[in-house]
Formats: sequence, C-alpha cells, structure tokens
Amino acid sequence: MNRLRQQVVCFWLQLKILLFSPFEGFLAVVFPLMFATAALLVYQVNGDPAAMLYAGIGAAAMGIWTSQTVSATTLVQRERRAGTLELVVAAPTPFSLVLLPITFAMATIGLYSVVATILWDRWLFDIALHVANWPLFVLSILMATVTIALFGFLLSVTAVRYRTSWALGAALEYPGWLLCGFVVPLDLLPAVLRPLSWALAPTWAVEGMRAAAAGESPWSDLAICGAVGLVYAALAAWLGVRLITAARRDATLALT
Amino acid sequence: MTSARIFFIGGLMSYRALFGWMNPWIFVPSLLVSPVCQILLFAYIGRSAGVGTDEFYVIGNALNYAAIPCMFAMTFTIGGERFGQTLGLVLATPARRIPLFLGRSMPVIANGWFVAMFGVVVGSLLLDVDIPASAWPLMALVVAVGSLASTGLGLVMGAINLVYRDGATMGNVLFLVLLIFTGTNVALDDLPDWMAAVGRCLPLTHAIEATRMLADGATWGAVRGLVGTELVIGLVYLAVGLGAIRLFERLSRTGATLDRI
Repeated sequence: MNRLRQQVVCFWLQLKILLFSPFEGFLAVVFPLMFATAALLVYQVNGDPAAMLYAGIGAAAMGIWTSQTVSATTLVQRERRAGTLELVVAAPTPFSLVLLPITFAMATIGLYSVVATILWDRWLFDIALHVANWPLFVLSILMATVTIALFGFLLSVTAVRYRTSWALGAALEYPGWLLCGFVVPLDLLPAVLRPLSWALAPTWAVEGMRAAAAGESPWSDLAICGAVGLVYAALAAWLGVRLITAARRDATLALT
Repeated sequence: MTSARIFFIGGLMSYRALFGWMNPWIFVPSLLVSPVCQILLFAYIGRSAGVGTDEFYVIGNALNYAAIPCMFAMTFTIGGERFGQTLGLVLATPARRIPLFLGRSMPVIANGWFVAMFGVVVGSLLLDVDIPASAWPLMALVVAVGSLASTGLGLVMGAINLVYRDGATMGNVLFLVLLIFTGTNVALDDLPDWMAAVGRCLPLTHAIEATRMLADGATWGAVRGLVGTELVIGLVYLAVGLGAIRLFERLSRTGATLDRI
C-alpha cells in the first residue's frame, strides 16, 4: 500500500512540475507537433488522402517518443543539479521505483501531445481519422505510452553517469521517429535497420494503431509491444541496481 | 586596437568558455549526429510521399540545422554569462558593444557553417546524392551567408534573453518556425502564400534556395540576387539584435532584472 501511495504521489507531483515547465511541458507538445506538421506538409504536396491518413495516425504518436528522449535522459542530471540525487538514492525506496513514476508522468505529457496532434491534423490538414475500432486504437496508444515510459526508464538509468546526457537524448529524437515508422513505412528503410526497429516497442504500438484503424486485429502487435516493454523494465531494474551501487562505491554519483 | 582585441580574443574565449562545444560528448551527438538524422528522416518522408529528391532534403535540412548552433550559441552568450554570474561584469565594462557581441558571433558563424557543410557532405554520401564538384566552392560561400543570417537572428534572441530567461524554449520554437517556413522540406511555391511570405523575411530561406540551384548546376549570376537578399536579411537581423541588446540592457538595469535566473 505504501509503495502504491509513493508511486501515485511521485507521479502526480512530477506531472505538475512538468506541466509548469516551458521546456518539458510546452515544448514536449509543440516540438513533435511542428515536426508532424512539416511531415504532413510534405505529404500534402501530392494530396493522396490514404498517405495523409497513414502519416496522420503515426504523427499523432510522435509526441510520446519526444516526451521521453531529452526529459528521461536528463532526469538524473536534474536531480543532481537540484542537489536531491543523493537524498533520493539514499532513501529506503528503491531508486528504480522513484524513476518509474517520473517517466510515466513524462509519458502522460506525450499522451496530451497525441490528442493535440489529432486535433491539429483535423483543423489544419482536414485529416479525419477513420478508425474502425476505437477501443483497440486507444489501447494501442496507451500501450505506446506505457512502453515508451519504460524505454524512458531504461534511458534514465543508463545515463546516470553521463554528464551531458541531454545531448544523447536530443540525438535520439529523429532516429526514433524514423525507426519506429511513425511517418515512414518501415519497408522503405534499409534492411539492415529493421532489427533496430523491431527492438523498439513503439514500432509495434504504431503497427497496432494502424491495424486497429484499418479494422484488423492489433493483438499480435500489442503482445510483442508489451513483451519488449517488459524487457526494457527488467533491464532497467537490473542496470539501476548495478549502476547506482557502482556510483556509490566509486563516489561518482555527484559527477563533480 | 582594443576593439579588435575584444572582437577576436573575447569572441574566441567566450565561445570556448560558455558553450563547452569543444567537448565531443556534446558536439558529436547534438551537432553532427542530429543534423544527419534530420536529413534522413525527411529524405525518407519525401521518398514515402513521392515528393522532392534526396538532394532537396539534404540541402534543406543541412542548412536548416545550421540555425541550431547559430541561434542557441548567441542566446547562450547572454544566458551563459548570467548563469556564470558574469553578465553584470560584462555589461559594466566600458568595452564597445559592437565588437563585444559581434566578436562572439564570429566563431558561431564558422561553427554553423561547419555543421551545415558536414550535413550536406554526409547526407550526400549516405543518400548517394551527386553534386558536381564545381558547385561546392560557391555552395560553401552561400552556406556561410546563411550562417551569418541565422546568427543575426540569434543575436536578436540573445537580446531578448536579457529580459526573458528561458532561452532554450525560445530557441527551439524559432528553430521550428524556420523548419516550417523557410522551404526546408516543402518548396515555397508549394506552401500557402502567407507562409511563403513569412519565409521570405526569415534567414536561410534564400540561402537554401540558392544552394539548391547551385547543386543543380546554376551559375553565380543566377543565384547572386538570392545571396544578396540573404546577406541583407542577415545584416538587418544583426542590426536589430545590437539595437535590442542596447535597449534591453537599459531596461534590465532599470528593473534590476539582469541577474534574475
């Protein structure tokens, strides 16, 4: 019960902090929205409605990815800068359980971005989302949100001793949009990159969204998406213990 | 002589001290990897949509990304001094403002030029874009003019940063404006008229168009007008930036907001 309370309180507190941050709140919505706009402007030149719908569905989910890349990689750095990292690490609550609700709060900002992009697509590009199965479409978006949050969890743990982690996060933005097939069919990418796409959970969630929109079954895609997300969580939990223990042992937590 | 020293030595010291971009852990991911990834993203979007050629996206996005170092560097010239608590000292010196701030812009222009050229070269290699060897010298010149114009906009942002503290958000928003309005990924003729009109007042628009024409075999005479317009736009932004620095410096002294972070 205490654990659940800690998760909920931490999630809510962090969500409020993010919502008041121009960089992590406002920009996390506007940045992918404008890139989605740029992508849709390209698709609009030929005006193919099917291509526009294809891009519109994927563009909607771009913001969830953005909500994690820079924010999650800089999560530990922000605690370090605020002088709270040592306190958080020394607390009896496992470090992973502190990071997890923060990344979920970030992903919730991404969820807001999904709604904003769908409305933006509708008003600006006149793209009406023809979705055959709305419940499964929404479930696919939620799966994308949860698994990208778990990816952010993995990122935040991995970057614990990387002083300039924001640069890594910023560099992950475009590759993620490309490799997950948000606005480009994966078949167009070189074959050598496909395994990378398959290892990214959002790839499967976006496939699930498109399948649900087309009236096909998204369950197999969502099952793979969930499995990949669980691998992220397990890896992050394992790495979290080892990296934090090493940082405490070597007295490098502060990176001073 | 003092102004020349402030211009060259002060500019170089400020660049190295404030941005830490000599650190490869920042420079490589944010200024070498990211522009190439942006080029690839839009080149594949173009292929998927059946719009434009790879060369179109390589040049557009490589030049567009020059805006990142140019605008952010100039913004953080002010913000970084504030963070280091040296802004008051800098502005309290009797040094003339023009060499002080223009000196800081010189390494920034060179950096923006390098980032854009790196994007064009690597993007061309990755996507097998064939640009004639004879076009490269003039393309390099046009890219330098585009970097200068972007730095002019960056100077305006730096001035605003005297009274508005969130330079990172402002820089990203302006980068997005440039991405959409300057014909980076959609030719101005294919944009709505009002967007094309806005784009013609922004840095990079004319440089991107001129660079594309050069890559397609155009002569200097054909792009001279575009390059001249880009240069004028850049100089206007530089002048506005210097004027705004003077104005906002006075306002921040009056309101005692100089060191507010």
